[in-house]
Amino acid sequence: MLDSFLVRAALAGVAAAAAAAPLGCFVVWRRMAYFGDATAHAAILGVALSLAFSVSIFAGTLAVALAMALLVTTLGERTHAMDTLLGVLSHSALAFGLVAASFLPGVRGDLSSWLFGDILAVDRTDLAVIWLGALAVAATLAWRWQALLLATLSPDLAHASGIDPRREQLVLAIALALVVAVAIKVVGALLITALLIVPSAAARPFSRTPESMVAIAVAIGVASALGGLWAAWSFDTPAGPSIVCVAALAFALSSVAGGWRAVTARR
Amino acid sequence: MSLVALEGVSVRFGGSEVLTHVDLAVERGEIVTLVGPNGSGKSTLLRVLIGALRPSDGQVVRAPALSIGYVPQRLSVDRTLPLTVRRFLELPARHAPGAVDGALERAAVPALAGRQMSELSGGQFQRVLLARALLARPTLLVLDEATQGLDQPGSASFYRQIEAVRDELGCAVLMVSHELHVVMSASDRVICLNGHVCCEGAPDVVSSAPEYRALFGTGTGGALALYRHEHDHSHVHDHPHARDHVDERDDAA
Repeated sequence: MLDSFLVRAALAGVAAAAAAAPLGCFVVWRRMAYFGDATAHAAILGVALSLAFSVSIFAGTLAVALAMALLVTTLGERTHAMDTLLGVLSHSALAFGLVAASFLPGVRGDLSSWLFGDILAVDRTDLAVIWLGALAVAATLAWRWQALLLATLSPDLAHASGIDPRREQLVLAIALALVVAVAIKVVGALLITALLIVPSAAARPFSRTPESMVAIAVAIGVASALGGLWAAWSFDTPAGPSIVCVAALAFALSSVAGGWRAVTARR
Repeated sequence: MSLVALEGVSVRFGGSEVLTHVDLAVERGEIVTLVGPNGSGKSTLLRVLIGALRPSDGQVVRAPALSIGYVPQRLSVDRTLPLTVRRFLELPARHAPGAVDGALERAAVPALAGRQMSELSGGQFQRVLLARALLARPTLLVLDEATQGLDQPGSASFYRQIEAVRDELGCAVLMVSHELHVVMSASDRVICLNGHVCCEGAPDVVSSAPEYRALFGTGTGGALALYRHEHDHSHVHDHPHARDHVDERDDAA
């Protein structure tokens, strides 16, 4: 069954989307979309460095994404506002990554597969890495779930309950770096943030608790991965962007439905 | 041993010292009120006490029995986060069935469990925060200007609730308030803070202390007397006249 590249692509897409959705909910709740961007863009630098030093791309992207995530977590708002700082880091990481890649002769033409993903080229090893990474993210979030929620809601309430919100933020940063390393092959560095936040945002109007939002976001993410692959196959479109397009359509539908429900509820 | 004690605590932010060598202890079961003008370090002191802020100097000594129920000044629930009252009360610990309803009942908001946090009014929100703090089975309830945004009758009734809770659970209470007259009469001890501890003692002692009068003027002393008079007739709170008393107190303050 795993001999079919389409089956491998579907399994990779499902795992990446399922891991990204719950983390994406935290990205939405904590307003860290730019944080996601910075970490994902740093991965391009990770790709260039891995190729230059011939280490595994997963390890390279994970290391650089982790370094970026930790850097952002520890930087306070000293002289610049957080969104300025993240904008600077995010685009600098991308630019340095692209420049670094240009020094490697073999990579130049191949670069778009790292920027936009190359899910149809996922092999068995990639698939194993993606699933293990996704399971690690899911397990981490499940383990820290209550503490993460409280720290997200209010750092002071967390402190009063004996939970250190900085530690929980660190957990999120590590999970984010893992998701980036897992998803770069699927949707590429430029669209990872979309895989994180679009399904979660689409799930919001239909959720009454954090858990139901995560469940709906996972369902939308997985459906987008499968729908995007189907569209890529049927219309010969690039797979990664097609997945994000389907998720964006789901978001549009959900916004309209949510708005409609709000209007009818008021009558 | 005190439930919790600050010993020689100083806090500096950048170059400025917000708290200077503060000694403070809270004993089991007592109600302590922290008063002081804006910027006197009241909230900073509470944040040191709950462990959210490490003092630059000095130390915090916590009894093993210390369990803090914290009611923050304000909490904004982001619209992107769906959260029912019941779910909020189960953070960070899940509770036995019925415990959540019991806590809501004790905080006088029994019917809110299924509502979204973002839909609550200011008064309902504060009581839900109180209910959550009670679920932690606190030995110390910490309230940081918990009645901000409530009108005077609303906050008076909120503080009566606190007194009732203390009587029922036997927990100590440490609270910060701007509403001196309402809060002070319900306190066993008042601590007047202005970067350092200016004076402390029973409410009537503090309100007549020169340090206190220097900070708040003499008017509040009168207001306290007025409130104490009102307190002798506990039925008056829900009486239509209560509003008039409140206005008088406003003028006096």
